[in-house]
Amino acid sequence: MLKSPLILWIFLAAASSIGSAEAAVRVEPSNLQGPRPLPEQTGKAAVRDYLQAWQSFSAAFEQNRSDLLDPAFVGTARDKLAQTIQQQAALGLRTHYQDLSHDLQIVFYSPDGLSIELIDKVEYDLQLLDHDRVKTTQHINARYVIVLTPAEVRWRARVFQAVSE
Amino acid sequence: MKPGFVLLASGMAIAAMQSACAQAGNLSLPKSVGAGDGFSIQSAGSGKATLYIIGLGQVMKRDVELGQTVYFPAGSLYNAGHYLAVLAGDAATESGSFDVLPATKPSNMTFLARPSRLPVSLHDGITGAVYVFDAYHNLITAPTQVSFELTTPSGTVQKRIVATRDGTAWTAMDSTAQQGMDKFEARIGEVFSARVVAQVPGDPCALKMNASQSGQEVQLVTDPVRDCNGNAVPDGTVVTFTEAYNGAQTNVDVPLKRGIAEVRMASHNGAIISAASGVVLGNQIRWEK
Repeated sequence: MLKSPLILWIFLAAASSIGSAEAAVRVEPSNLQGPRPLPEQTGKAAVRDYLQAWQSFSAAFEQNRSDLLDPAFVGTARDKLAQTIQQQAALGLRTHYQDLSHDLQIVFYSPDGLSIELIDKVEYDLQLLDHDRVKTTQHINARYVIVLTPAEVRWRARVFQAVSE
Repeated sequence: MKPGFVLLASGMAIAAMQSACAQAGNLSLPKSVGAGDGFSIQSAGSGKATLYIIGLGQVMKRDVELGQTVYFPAGSLYNAGHYLAVLAGDAATESGSFDVLPATKPSNMTFLARPSRLPVSLHDGITGAVYVFDAYHNLITAPTQVSFELTTPSGTVQKRIVATRDGTAWTAMDSTAQQGMDKFEARIGEVFSARVVAQVPGDPCALKMNASQSGQEVQLVTDPVRDCNGNAVPDGTVVTFTEAYNGAQTNVDVPLKRGIAEVRMASHNGAIISAASGVVLGNQIRWEK
C-alpha cells in the first residue's frame, strides 16, 4: 500500500517546442477514503498512466488529432477533449500544453477496485497558436481532479477536470 | 492604436452570475463563472482585437471592438475547468485566467455497487460508491450529501448519509439474515440510482440424515438443509455421503433437490455412514440391518 511517507520524484523526458522537456513529479502519501487498500503496484501504475495521459492530450491538442486521446482517455473525459480539439481545428487554433511539475495524491480507491481518484497540483505552460502564429505563452498553476478506470492493460482517465483551488 | 482592456460587469443579470473580477494588467476577468451561466467581458480603448477563451474543455474565438462589452450568454461555457482569456490587439496582448465551476445542482451520478450477489449476514459485505455530476457532466467537487439505502424484501432499511469529498462518497452495509432481493439505492435530492443485490443463503449450518432399509440397499435421506439463519440452502449444493466398511470406503456426491439429498448405498452390517457438505459434518450412523 502507498502509505509510507515516501515522496517519489520521477523525471519524464518528452519532446517539446516550448522549452524544458522534463516534468518533475511528486507523489504524496495516499490519503485514501474507502475500505479497499491500494496495492503499491496499482498505485504506481495509475500514476504512470496518468502522466502518460498528459503526453497523449498534449500531442492531440498540438496536432488537432483526437485519435491520439484514445490510449489514455475514455468516456466523458475523452468526449470533452475531442470536442475541444474539434473547436480548435474549426477556428484554426492549436495549443501546446507542456507540463512542468505534478504534485499528485491518490485520494480514493473505490470498493470495487474499478476507479481511482487523483488530485494533481500541476504547473504547466500553455502556448496558443492561431494559424500557426504564436499568440501567447502562459505559465499556469492549476489543481486537477482525475478519475481513472481500468482498461485492458492500463488505467484511462474518465474524468479530467481542473477545479478551483 | 494601443489597446487598453477593462472588463466590467455588463448588465445586472449577468453581473450577478459571475463572481468578483480579477485584474491582470489592463485585463480584468471574473474569478469564476458557474458552468452554463452567462457572463460578460468589456474592454476599454478603441480598435479591433481578438478575444480567445482557451481551456481543455472548450475554446472560443471572437472578434471584438475594444471599448464594447462582449456577452457570453447562458450555455456558452459549460465545461468546468481552468480557462485562459487572451485579448490580442494590433499592438499588445493581454491575458488572464478564470475558473468555470461545476453547477451546484446534481443532475446525475455514477453508482458503483458490489457485489450483485452475496451470502446473508455478512458484515460490511455490500459496498457502494458514487461520483456526482452536474447537467454538463462536470464532477461536482463541492461537498454534497448522499443518502445510501439498503431495503430488504421485508422492508427493513439500513440508511447512511455521507458527504462527498472531491466528488465522491462511499458506504459499506451488512447483508441481513434474510435471503431475497434487496434494493440498494443512492440518492441526492431527486437524483437517484438503484441496484438489486441478491442475498443468498450461507453455507449449511447443520446436517442430519436418516437411514432405512430399502430392498438390498440402505436408503439415506437428509433433513431439509438450512443455513444458520434458517434459510433453505439452494438446490444443487452438494452433500457427500461416505460409507466405511471392512477397511473400504465409498463416497457419493449428491446435489440437493427440493432442499434435501437422498441416495441408496450398499447395505452392510456394521458399516459406518456419514454425510458432509462443505465444511459441515453431519451425523454418523452405524448401520445394522
